[in-house]
Amino acid sequence: MPVITIDDKQVEIAAGATVMDAARDLGIYIPHFCYHEKLSISANCRMCLVEVEKAPKPLPACATPAADGMVVRTRSGKAITAQKGVMEFLLINHPLDCPICDQGGECMLQDIAVGYGGSASRYQEAKRVVKEKDLGPLVATDMTRCIHCSRCVRFGQEVAGIMELGMPGRGEHMEVMPFLERQVGSELSGNVIELCPVGALTSKPFRYAARSWELSRRRGISPHDGLGANMALHVKDNRVFRAVPLDNEAINECWLADRDRYAYQALGAEDRATRPMVRDADRWHEVDWQKALAQAAGALKVIRETHGAEAIGFLASPHQTVEELALMAQLARGLGCENIDHRLDQADCPPDVGAPWLGMAIADLDSLDRVLLVGATVRMEQPLIAQRLRQAVKRGAQLNVVHAADDDLLTRVANKIIVKPSALAAALAGIAKALQEAGKDVGSVSAALSGAVVTDAARAIAASLASGERKAVLLGGMARQHPARADLHRLAQAIALATGAHFGFLVDSANAVGASVVGCTPGAAGLGAAAMVAQPRKAYVLLGIEPYLDSYDPMVLRKAMESAELVIALTAFKGAAPNYAHVILPVAAFAETEGAYVNMEGRLQTFKAAVKPLGEARPGWKVLRVLGNLLGLSDFDYTGVEDVRAAALPADEAGLRARLDNTAPQGEPSIAASSAGLERLGETPIYQADSLVRRAPALQATPLSEHAKVCWAHGALIRKLGLQEGKPVKIRQDAGESIMKLGRDDRLAEDAVRIAGAHALTSKLGSRYGAVQLEKM
Amino acid sequence: MSALYTGPKVCMWTLDHPNPGSLATYVANGGYEVLKKILAEKTPAEQIIEQVKLSALRGRGGAGFPTGLKWSFMPRNYAGDKYIVCNTDEGEPGTFKDRDIIEFNPHQLIEGMVIAGYTLGAKAGYNYIHGEIFELYESWERALDEARAAGFLGNDICGSGWNFDLHAHQGYGAYICGEETALLESIEGKKGQPRFKPPFPASYGLYGKPTTINNTETLASIPWILRHGGQAFLELGKPNNGGTKIFSISGHVNNPGNFEIPLGTPFGDLLEMAGGVRNGHKLKAVIPGGSSAPVLPADIMMNCTLDFDSIAKAGSMLGSGAVIVMDETVCMVKALERLAYFYYEESCGQCTPCREGTGWMYRVIKRIEHGEGRPEDLDLLMSVGGNIAGRTICALGDAAVGPVHSFIQHFRKEFEYHIAHKKCLVGS
Repeated sequence: MPVITIDDKQVEIAAGATVMDAARDLGIYIPHFCYHEKLSISANCRMCLVEVEKAPKPLPACATPAADGMVVRTRSGKAITAQKGVMEFLLINHPLDCPICDQGGECMLQDIAVGYGGSASRYQEAKRVVKEKDLGPLVATDMTRCIHCSRCVRFGQEVAGIMELGMPGRGEHMEVMPFLERQVGSELSGNVIELCPVGALTSKPFRYAARSWELSRRRGISPHDGLGANMALHVKDNRVFRAVPLDNEAINECWLADRDRYAYQALGAEDRATRPMVRDADRWHEVDWQKALAQAAGALKVIRETHGAEAIGFLASPHQTVEELALMAQLARGLGCENIDHRLDQADCPPDVGAPWLGMAIADLDSLDRVLLVGATVRMEQPLIAQRLRQAVKRGAQLNVVHAADDDLLTRVANKIIVKPSALAAALAGIAKALQEAGKDVGSVSAALSGAVVTDAARAIAASLASGERKAVLLGGMARQHPARADLHRLAQAIALATGAHFGFLVDSANAVGASVVGCTPGAAGLGAAAMVAQPRKAYVLLGIEPYLDSYDPMVLRKAMESAELVIALTAFKGAAPNYAHVILPVAAFAETEGAYVNMEGRLQTFKAAVKPLGEARPGWKVLRVLGNLLGLSDFDYTGVEDVRAAALPADEAGLRARLDNTAPQGEPSIAASSAGLERLGETPIYQADSLVRRAPALQATPLSEHAKVCWAHGALIRKLGLQEGKPVKIRQDAGESIMKLGRDDRLAEDAVRIAGAHALTSKLGSRYGAVQLEKM
Repeated sequence: MSALYTGPKVCMWTLDHPNPGSLATYVANGGYEVLKKILAEKTPAEQIIEQVKLSALRGRGGAGFPTGLKWSFMPRNYAGDKYIVCNTDEGEPGTFKDRDIIEFNPHQLIEGMVIAGYTLGAKAGYNYIHGEIFELYESWERALDEARAAGFLGNDICGSGWNFDLHAHQGYGAYICGEETALLESIEGKKGQPRFKPPFPASYGLYGKPTTINNTETLASIPWILRHGGQAFLELGKPNNGGTKIFSISGHVNNPGNFEIPLGTPFGDLLEMAGGVRNGHKLKAVIPGGSSAPVLPADIMMNCTLDFDSIAKAGSMLGSGAVIVMDETVCMVKALERLAYFYYEESCGQCTPCREGTGWMYRVIKRIEHGEGRPEDLDLLMSVGGNIAGRTICALGDAAVGPVHSFIQHFRKEFEYHIAHKKCLVGS
């Protein structure tokens, strides 16, 4: 192995390593600004200049390839002179307004200036001032502070996949700016805040709210998708002020999606449930916990005695903790009820064989050679998974897509089949048949393929998946919610088996895997979420649910809620609960409770509460424990959250892993031709994914939130129906109707209309992927 | 031109004929014969490179790098595409020679590029033409059309079955795009900013492919070298400085313009050809190789011959051969202010020292010129310059510092007078 000497210490050099890499291996810090491990090398800040023996000039450590026998000095007179010279240049036009800068106290420029800057400046001329830029509701700018390291620009090009910021202008007049005064709108845009080594790009919602040194850092896990991004919650006076990423290469690397970063805003939402409430006829009363719990338990007992335990339905959000979901399941089963589910947004809720999961490690996504994404609006469902797939494509992976919309994934898509939702199964059958024709064994689905049509695209996808070494077939959130979920599952799994690919689900809620593992799904005798609302129950116990938004079909659900004799809502937010609930039990929100999530790769991540629950709210697990006690159920004597977890989860990782299972439901897939007519594409929009993001004002002010307020249709369809783009359109679905602005999106399948699910504007419509009509106003 | 040099000219010989830029004139005087011979005989690339090495042709764009050596860096057996690029981004203040080659002898440049393409196994060639000379961009396009029509360019060149084409690329007037990797970025449609090297263009050039970039005059010299032999070219000049070279002389001379003379010609001869210092004035200083070359006082300059080695020994650079002559009426502070402004304006802004430092130097010099200088300013300028030079991705940082350091080094008294008396020594 070649060896390099840095500051008299020797280290072996890995292939392709730079002097900076070798120094890091030796634990030697070389000051730098533009260099970032996850970005390309630009070598333009010049802060990392070091002395290299035999080189006449100091060289940038970040860009200089480490070579055998090279002798480097990072602290020699020559190196320090160069570094101090660069530092002086960086500071001459920097405003040095640290006392009013949000970056103060956590600023690379400030930190490095302590070591390399002078105590007074030799620069006596006027300083540069740069006009402010409006980057939208998430990122605040102070562009005069910019040191032109270009990290934010490279992040856009290389990680987010979209170059939203550029650096026009020359010399001193070079400025970082968005294109043509546009705002920054990508789902990952907030990452430029950490990347920016100075206070040029900071968090807009956090602006002037606190100084970094006043904040305590508490570890947290993002509660919005199945990734489980690691983050630090910054807390002062029992309030979360911001969320920033914590590095975890296996999960989120050093990134956060914008919703991970800004959803904390919802903790202060106006409709937080802070006191227990009971309804007396049509009047709500705030009561103490004892009374509320007694009333809830008493009413549940009455329902069970009068109608039987099966008259109760238990619905829980898959964003709740392992412990809360386990106690919910224990409560239901203790009452003798098997009607429990966390899949309210799913059309088809079969009993689980095991917990559906990713089927592979998250970190291995980057090194895939071949990918087939089925029914995944992946950038919106999984912003950081989409980022990993982008890196895979950059390394040469072929990304294949079967979906109802040809959304811009900001990367190269090798092959795609874009059809309306009900035709997805037939599309997969075409791929399976193409594999069969190519001599692959597609197993149990073979009999169902006789009617399948093999298109050129299907053949191309089959050929793509048949080649390559590391591959995966992944079902997205849309496929999971879809009425034909079981068929999509069977076919996709057959394709994966035939091609030797991993098979898995891009799990789109924080703890859906955990929910399945702890039994928050119906037993053989029970009803799944869809059946529980289609066949209304007398009573419902809701945990963290906003039924009108979280359900697959809000029309059906609305009837079920309105006809129930008893609805007990355990929730952090009142939302619409006063309209249908009878008891509201305020439970702690994200960041206010301790617990655990199991992410999509089956990794258990625990966390402590960062702040105390707001008002009189209590951690959900404690509320459920008391309810269990009041109902006289056995084994509810937990003393801590660890007890609950220990009882609910297998003792070790292997045991947890054994509960993960992607086996498709038995039976043959049906690939019947899809019905004629328009179909709705009603995915959950990125900033409607859960109760928190719905209440984060900054997220709600983004272009992505605006996008969800529009009914999108293909241009050809708009012409065919004689509709007008930009004008309101009447949407009819089942018995419901709604009026939305019509937008044109030629990336949609021609007979699919994208009308967001989980949205207040569409909560009076029917099923998410059902038939829909558009009418002129 | 002056009778002082009457020997052969490599590039500007067409001016002795009617219609100097036409294909007819070029062909009538043996043009494209070398190309035909090479293609007919399938001359091995090594032989061509050997002749270029023998000729001691050094890059005419400013750096003076041996062309034959540069050509030998191109990977011979590379499987993908390779490119040849001609740098006509003649932005160095004082330089105006390449435009005359394009105007008066474009076919020799075309022939040189085609031969380079053949020798280096390139798929295509690009000529990056400075933004301010649009009429020449158009005339270059016409010359390419003529060459294609005559079978010297495009498919099946001279009936050999070999295909090679040339494309023109119009710059937009940024000085930095004369830096070869910024030029490549610009051809690729990106912002013209130099790349960090390594990798060098010979391994990662245009569109990431092996690329050789040569100056216009360099490439235009190739046909002459191969026609007359490397030895003949070498003998035109002096050892290690082969050939004639075009000098663009400007400033306080009676007859400014381009003069093609052998390398090694005494500076005095060139000054004489240019009609000497303007009437009644005395030579004060000369910038011998374009604005980024350090200035030399008259007495040093008058003892120099015009070749890479002699000027380097005197502490400056032959550069692109742009000789800027200043007589005793020139205020060196004002002259430096103008030069410093140029580099401040043209810095691409990518690297910290150049982006921040060029503006700093300019402002300090401006202050001195405007009677607001401080005693510590000269040391400050030397120090700031020292923090720029050698610390940047490309040579623009060094180029910006060259004038500042040399003006202060050779004319410190004038600067001190400005600071102390708040007015100019010249004329006071």
